Amino acid sequence: MLILTCPYCGVSGEETEFHGGGEAHLKRFGPGASEADFESYLFHRENPKGVHFERWRHVNGCGKWFIAARDTATLQVFGTYPAQTTEPPQEIRDKITAARPGWRWRDFA
Amino acid sequence: MSETVTALGGAHYAGYATITEQPARGMITLRGNLAEVAVKNAATGVAGVDMPDLRECHIVDQRGIAWMSPDELLVMVPHPEVASAVSTIQQTLSGLHSLVVDVSDARALFRIEGSGAREVLAKLCPVDLSPAAFGPGQIRRTRLGHVSAAFWMVDDSAFELVCFRSVAQYAFDLLKTAAEPGGEVGVF
Repeated sequence: MLILTCPYCGVSGEETEFHGGGEAHLKRFGPGASEADFESYLFHRENPKGVHFERWRHVNGCGKWFIAARDTATLQVFGTYPAQTTEPPQEIRDKITAARPGWRWRDFA
Repeated sequence: MSETVTALGGAHYAGYATITEQPARGMITLRGNLAEVAVKNAATGVAGVDMPDLRECHIVDQRGIAWMSPDELLVMVPHPEVASAVSTIQQTLSGLHSLVVDVSDARALFRIEGSGAREVLAKLCPVDLSPAAFGPGQIRRTRLGHVSAAFWMVDDSAFELVCFRSVAQYAFDLLKTAAEPGGEVGVF
């Protein structure tokens, strides 16, 4: 079971209070983009065993979207942060590096 | 004006905690920038209680303000006053980016009372309800069985719980089953 902390209201709740929203930090390719970019935006997703970034919504609480950095194999949560960002904050990256030296996820490390 | 009818007509159950559907209460959703002085004044002006901070709920009898999210408050007033309270808030906030809606009819309100009240809720919600972790003055929005709900304590042994009116019967049945005599766990 995952215990997530909502960065907006500070509630630490178990995962049934939240709802997963798929992979985080997707870059949108819209009208005018190449077919390949659009295809990857729509369909290509990471499926890592290890460090992963996901969108979550505090659906039964304050209703806000946030991003969680966690390990898909051990369910360790490295941290959560507000969704108004295009890349993980340095503080979160440092925590991941401390626990999983040499980690890599898409373009982030 | 037509007579207000609550979802369950004041349903009541006495188990090892008592569950009672409460009479209609005026509830107003107020969204806006909570750091804005005008927003604070608008809410405290009609509710007559102090502005709540993060995850706080200040309530005195029928009047109160609950912190719902970083940009949302639930303002409570006696039911007959709700229309005038909405217009007062709207006037105070004219020109400011905000949303004020009377949601009284969208909600069901329950009171869970007695020494077993904490335990009844703890059976249904994934929340630490020990007296050290949760007490009067706080609000928690969470999951009650399969539906969303929010609750706060009005004193040391009584909770008020709101959920959507459409799931009032489900919420009442859940609470009732959890409060059946013989189901005591005795954790708190």
